[in-house]
Amino acid sequence: MSDTETLTRLSTADADGESVTLTVNGERHALRLAPWVTLLDLLRERLHLTGTKKGCDHGQCGACTVLVDGVRMNSCLQLAVMRDGCEITTVEGLAEGGRLHPVQEAFIEQDAFQCGYCTPGQICSAVGLIREGHAHTAEEIRELMSGNLCRCGAYTNIVAAIEQAMGEQAMGEQPAARGDGR
Amino acid sequence: MGHIGTPTSRVDGRAKVTGTARYAAEYVAPDLAYGVVVSSPVARGKIRAIDASAALAVPGVVQVFTHENRPSLAWFSRSWQDEVAPPGSPFRPLYDKEIHYSGQPVALVVAEEFEAARHAATLLRIEYETLPHATDLGAAREEAYEPRKKRSGIPPPAKPRGDAQAGYEAGAVKLEAEYRHGFEHHNPMEMHAATVVWEGDGRITVYDKTQGSQNCQSYIHNVFGIPSDQVRVVNAYVGGAFGSGLRPHYQLFLAVMAATQLERSVRVVLTRQQMFTFTHRPDTIQKMALAADADGKLTAFRHEAVQNTSRFEDYQEAVVNWAGLLYKCDNTLFDYRLAQLDLPTPGDMRAPGAATGLIGIECAMDELAYAAKLDPLEFRLRNYSEIDQDNNRKYTSKALREAYHIGAERFGWGRRSMAPGSMREGGELIGWGMATGVWEAMMMKTAANAVLHADGRVEVACATSDIGTGTYTILAQIAAEALGVDLARVTVRIGDSDLPKSPVSGGSWTAASAGAAVDAACQALRKSLFKLARGMDDSPLANASLDRVVFDGGAIRLADDEARAVALTDVLTAHHLSLVEEEGAASPSMISSMRYSRYTHSAVFAEVRVDAQLKVVRVTRIVNAVAAGRILNPKTARSQILGGVVMGMGMALYEETMPDHRFGRFMNHNLAEYHVAAHADVQGIDVIFVDEPDEEVSPLGVKGLGEIGIVGTPAAIANAIFHATGKRVRELPITIDKLLD
Amino acid sequence: MNRFGYSRAGDVAGAVRERAANGAAAFIAGGTNLVDLMKENVARPERLIDVTRLPLRGIEEREGGLRLGALATNAEVAYDERVRARYPLLSSAILAGASPQLRNAATTGGNLLQRTRCYYFYDTATPCNKREPGSGCPAREGVNRIHAILGTSEHCIAVHPSDMCVAMAALDATVRVTGEGGERAIPFAEFHRLPGDTPEIDTNLGRDELVTAVDLPAESFPTHYTYLKLRDRLSYAFALVSVAVAMELDGGTIREARLALGGVAHKPWRDREAEALLRGQAPSPELFARVSDATLRDARGFGGNDFKIGLARQAIRRALSQAAAGTPQSQTDKRVQ
Repeated sequence: MSDTETLTRLSTADADGESVTLTVNGERHALRLAPWVTLLDLLRERLHLTGTKKGCDHGQCGACTVLVDGVRMNSCLQLAVMRDGCEITTVEGLAEGGRLHPVQEAFIEQDAFQCGYCTPGQICSAVGLIREGHAHTAEEIRELMSGNLCRCGAYTNIVAAIEQAMGEQAMGEQPAARGDGR
Repeated sequence: MGHIGTPTSRVDGRAKVTGTARYAAEYVAPDLAYGVVVSSPVARGKIRAIDASAALAVPGVVQVFTHENRPSLAWFSRSWQDEVAPPGSPFRPLYDKEIHYSGQPVALVVAEEFEAARHAATLLRIEYETLPHATDLGAAREEAYEPRKKRSGIPPPAKPRGDAQAGYEAGAVKLEAEYRHGFEHHNPMEMHAATVVWEGDGRITVYDKTQGSQNCQSYIHNVFGIPSDQVRVVNAYVGGAFGSGLRPHYQLFLAVMAATQLERSVRVVLTRQQMFTFTHRPDTIQKMALAADADGKLTAFRHEAVQNTSRFEDYQEAVVNWAGLLYKCDNTLFDYRLAQLDLPTPGDMRAPGAATGLIGIECAMDELAYAAKLDPLEFRLRNYSEIDQDNNRKYTSKALREAYHIGAERFGWGRRSMAPGSMREGGELIGWGMATGVWEAMMMKTAANAVLHADGRVEVACATSDIGTGTYTILAQIAAEALGVDLARVTVRIGDSDLPKSPVSGGSWTAASAGAAVDAACQALRKSLFKLARGMDDSPLANASLDRVVFDGGAIRLADDEARAVALTDVLTAHHLSLVEEEGAASPSMISSMRYSRYTHSAVFAEVRVDAQLKVVRVTRIVNAVAAGRILNPKTARSQILGGVVMGMGMALYEETMPDHRFGRFMNHNLAEYHVAAHADVQGIDVIFVDEPDEEVSPLGVKGLGEIGIVGTPAAIANAIFHATGKRVRELPITIDKLLD
Repeated sequence: MNRFGYSRAGDVAGAVRERAANGAAAFIAGGTNLVDLMKENVARPERLIDVTRLPLRGIEEREGGLRLGALATNAEVAYDERVRARYPLLSSAILAGASPQLRNAATTGGNLLQRTRCYYFYDTATPCNKREPGSGCPAREGVNRIHAILGTSEHCIAVHPSDMCVAMAALDATVRVTGEGGERAIPFAEFHRLPGDTPEIDTNLGRDELVTAVDLPAESFPTHYTYLKLRDRLSYAFALVSVAVAMELDGGTIREARLALGGVAHKPWRDREAEALLRGQAPSPELFARVSDATLRDARGFGGNDFKIGLARQAIRRALSQAAAGTPQSQTDKRVQ
């Protein structure tokens, strides 16, 4: 089968689960889900949004970071049923049309990744960070991005990318950070 | 033209920042089942009984695989040995009731849903008979032995030169010390996973987290007896590996087994905890004995190492093979031994052997420099070796001296005061340390092909992998350069066992090997295209020869009159061809290998700041000057070094997997307690590439960069900590407890 | 992870009733610790009662102090302007813990109920008295560099992992809970327990009780405070030792002082006798050394964590100086002030 084919299959075990409505990247999903399905597994295995990564499944690496109502969280520790009614933005939802989000652009330009596996989490985290507005210096970016591990060690380039995106935003050259779910 | 050597953003960047790059666990298939692995809680023993009834009763559970119901598998050890296996008999998952190590996979629970399999896995009841085990290298070193069978590709320690004992005794200053670092785990961000797609006609497509698709393909063939042409292994994107994906691991075995038994597609993803159960950088003890005369010239260099291996394979690294390359000394002794522990076989982890060995060598050199009252850099320069003394060979190139000078200049080394604890700012002690790095510049036989399509698209293909190293990008640059087309016109296909033959991606050899193969294929394609162009009616190239034309701007042009040109697309149109395809291959030159030694070098300078009372260590600056031949892409090349330095920081300060020897089990098997460097730990890394033209080392003059960045970094940091605090910590990682008074 | 039932509580009384009716049920809010423990098969609740829709998220003024709703997230509390201005110690401690993503999800109530990071507690392949009472404590003679040096028992040497709680202990906060028997207030010092003979019980919260709020008293220590956390990397790691100090100076004299330690005991560690040494005294290195020694007089190590005694000794002195000087530890500048 082709790599791009996607399937929507909900679990048999979910048939008598909880009813949950989630808006993911602007698309509304009415689902029935067993309560033990995490938001991360829902995204990856059921909605086939595999941009969000499973790096540890325990909140210890940040690869699964998504925006929940605009706020960055570890999707591996969220039970999907508990987020009924929420708007979720994943890395797939950041670009508008063919146009990349400024953070995505900056990541490419600054070579802010190598293997790319922590990257969606870093990017969603960076979008959340910018929106939170508590980081103004490289030092603050480093501290407030520390929930996203990068085993390839691209940290310095990630910080440079975030500074670049923040700078562009401050200068008004780019539209405000999107993908905040609001 | 002008692609090679130009800082170029990754061609796979867009896929990676938008989440469309697919990794092993991200392929979909109809009717996909999920396998969850159950791991042994005991370190050694036998499975006495398995009760799977409760697990099988969970709705959605399809099957529970154990050694009791596994299919028939290969018998001979050789069948289980992959292309990079060390000597011995590889671990066989679910083979029998024997337990060889804690965390060994003992069952695979397969269910319709991941969650059902995860739940059912907790319900499996397994009874074990336990046997005595050992996981302590400190105790096992007494029984260490010289590995009888040498691991292919790992040179045994060099023969002794002169008389190390006499040289030591004759020395004016001496150092005898033991260094150690604990177990480390690779912990790539992507957990090992395999998705096996059952194609319905007996064929399987395997998406595995591996550094070598063809290595996995032949493993599957050899172990399961499935004909190779019915197995395709794909690893288009690999979420980091650092050596953890060199050999086929049990996620692959289990997923293939389940898929072929159930005749349906199966996905197996390991947990982070299970990432600590199949390979590791071995625990290593290094004994150093060095002496120098009154002029600071080495009179003896003795380097002995003992590392752990498993009970079933003699995994080996080149730990003691580096001093003879770096430092002039007439009296040397090198010794390397293994001790068996009840653990999985260790494996190559970023710069295996060198990352370790250069801790012993470079910390000892620093200590001896202090004993000789010489600046550590000056001490190294006085002992600089222009040749590989162990083999009495010249180097293809060795710009290490330049690296020392340029690195020192950038760092400001000249402003360093020698005495430990003599540089302070407020309550912080400042330490400046340096170390040398060295790694092999290897090349492996590799094949590739190159295609020009009628629409002007170029496609190059090779079964090699991009494990984050930038392979996609450099191969695109090489093809664009050779054929004179825009980078955007080039498609690179790698990470697929169907493509031309390539070894695993490791050893820092991929750029030199796959790069040369792609270049060879493109050169062959140039030749064919030129021939076709010359044969066109009224061709402006009719009287030209290949050495008188250039490929540029999508056309073949006369070198001295570039207006006279034939567009590449016109060549195909004129001959009614939809494509032109050529193959190429590259191999290391045997003659050159006998004549020259080939290595990458680096000079690493580190600044640490240590709180005088609390001993909190901050690495505030690193300058890494690297001499690595030709740099294909300064942008991705720099990232390779950054990554190596960051992992080196981890090795120096944070990383250690701690076993409880009573259980024979690693206790901090998670990313909260196995500490890798985080954002807050990393700043101020300056990477310099020293000019080092080298036509001999490989066809493209490339030496490779994947590993050199980590080598030397731990020692530079350890030496900086000594300079700051006056305390020599010889056991890495240097955690706060080791620095407190 | 086991199978469990799920219900969404509509009001506090309903939540409490449901919990009381099912001994194996658990409340869930942020989930950052409970879901983790469930994936490790360490926690196996039969039912999860989702309390996130209860009206307990606000941060309100109350009797000169602040009432933090149990569902206020760690980030909401840490960045609340009133908390930052009046209780900067609390803000600082919260920001020293976990990661921004975790702080965005984790709640005040959940943070109080965090369970230990002891390796053996987390690994179901090994015994642990806290996980399986009576099975033994391998940490005592095992890998224990992260373990307790104060208030240990022969059954357990685990530590409480929270940073937030250390600050709350220093601030003399009060935990408000509701059970079937009604509401009650638990002084912070009495909320968490020492392991004793029952290491499986972390807190004095009744089985049916739900944390509804944490009250911060009026006395807030806005200028002389610090939260100094020492750990194995510079961020996103649990404390080896942490020290919260809150002081009130009157001219050159310490009028009031609080000292709480994290990473060293089964609960945030307060030693009122040692604190008393500070009152009425002028800040000095000698005084701080005396207080530090007094705080650690009963400390004992288990091999791997012996260093914590020396580390805590230095950390207490430094934290007291930071607080007295009004130069609190920054959580972003990693240089120790």
